[in-house]
Amino acid sequence: MKKTAECVIIGGGVVGCAVAYYLAKRGMTDCVVLESEYLASGATGRCGGGIRQQWSTAENTELAIESVRAFSGLEEELGADIEFLQGGYLVLAYTDEDVEQFRKNVALEQALGLDVVTLTPREINERVVPELNTEGVLLGTYCPSDASANPFLATQAYADAARRLGVEIELFTPARRILVEEGRVAGVETDHGVISTPRVLNAAGSHSAPLAATAGVELPITPYRREILVTEPLERFFHPMIISFSYGIYFRQTKHGAVIGGFADPDEPSGFDQTSSLEFLRTMCAKLSFLMPALRSVKVVRQWAGLYDMTPDALPILGPVDRVGGFFQASGFSGHGFMIAPKVAMLLAQLMTGAEPDLDIGRLALNRFAEGVVERDKSVV
Amino acid sequence: MKDDVIVCRCEDVTYGEIARAVESGLRTTEEIKRVLRCGMGPCQGRTCSRLIARIISEKTGASIAEIELPATRPPARPVEIGILAKQDDEEDS
Repeated sequence: MKKTAECVIIGGGVVGCAVAYYLAKRGMTDCVVLESEYLASGATGRCGGGIRQQWSTAENTELAIESVRAFSGLEEELGADIEFLQGGYLVLAYTDEDVEQFRKNVALEQALGLDVVTLTPREINERVVPELNTEGVLLGTYCPSDASANPFLATQAYADAARRLGVEIELFTPARRILVEEGRVAGVETDHGVISTPRVLNAAGSHSAPLAATAGVELPITPYRREILVTEPLERFFHPMIISFSYGIYFRQTKHGAVIGGFADPDEPSGFDQTSSLEFLRTMCAKLSFLMPALRSVKVVRQWAGLYDMTPDALPILGPVDRVGGFFQASGFSGHGFMIAPKVAMLLAQLMTGAEPDLDIGRLALNRFAEGVVERDKSVV
Repeated sequence: MKDDVIVCRCEDVTYGEIARAVESGLRTTEEIKRVLRCGMGPCQGRTCSRLIARIISEKTGASIAEIELPATRPPARPVEIGILAKQDDEEDS
């Protein structure tokens, strides 16, 4: 392992590997990525792989639109298959509050140039998913350019491309402490020695808060378990990711053919537990049976769990941290890190090389919480 | 072993693909599972995990006893969604 580097990135998920790639592309190749286990072993590799542009805040919507643009050229740019597929997202409204919120979302998203439309239940069945049971659905919003990709392959592709440019990736090397001298980052202490560096990116997901605390930086990030399952593969018969915030559910059919989906238990306590529960399996299967009766005879092959790194406003904490020079933040993605990773990573690489970012993300800096004004993104499963 | 011999029967992954993955730097059964899908099928790696551990051992010289097998996930065998679906009348039982 190197003893010094221009930059150390903590976290070998999609964000850490993508920032490493974009930094190297901008000429900062003397970078080390520290990963405590293997690539995508945390939230990235446990997520549903959806890439959604429909949000209730302009920040998430813009980051997502720009990320879809980047994702759509990524296979060519990185020279690897990441199973990118634009199957759309269908978001279902079941309550009057949903309907009211979705109308605001669609107005905001359309103003930002997104190809999103509102559909009646009948239009959903006729035009998008004939097999969906629309009982109780008041309306749906549908964005055909929403997408999905394989999180493992995307992370691996970014990592391989970064390595080709000279970045070193240290697997099974947990970062223990961020070292600070005279108000500036001085290095990172790992299980395999210390790396001196003037720049650190904290992209450690739910572990980013305890890590930042070693540098005296307090992050309002709380881990929550989220569970998910996957079925045997079937010939593809529906294309969009189907989600509902009031049901707390999402599911899609992958390029490989398996149906993958999860739901968020609103009563889930915070913590680092990543075990699977029978309760989830049974409730999820009941929801799937109701929403898509054709799936009743399909077998579940596996279930697992991962952690959402939740912030109070469900928006990530990005960019430089005021109190410690050279300390950059990219965590708190609150369950949607994979889908906005490309644009977030490009912006971080711009900021970390002293360039002016081409999209203003000052609103997503850590200091926003000190002001006490927190408008939560409502489009979170 | 011939390159086109199938090692993971659920996902049709060959010896050659696994050998190349190890040669490209993947060192654990968990990483190979995520990149090639072996162990993600209905048998969850019961057939292939030990064979993959042996390929890693052959290629890297690591002792086979040190190579961990991938995590097994519930359910132990594939089960139909309709059978697992929780019924409303069980909700309060």
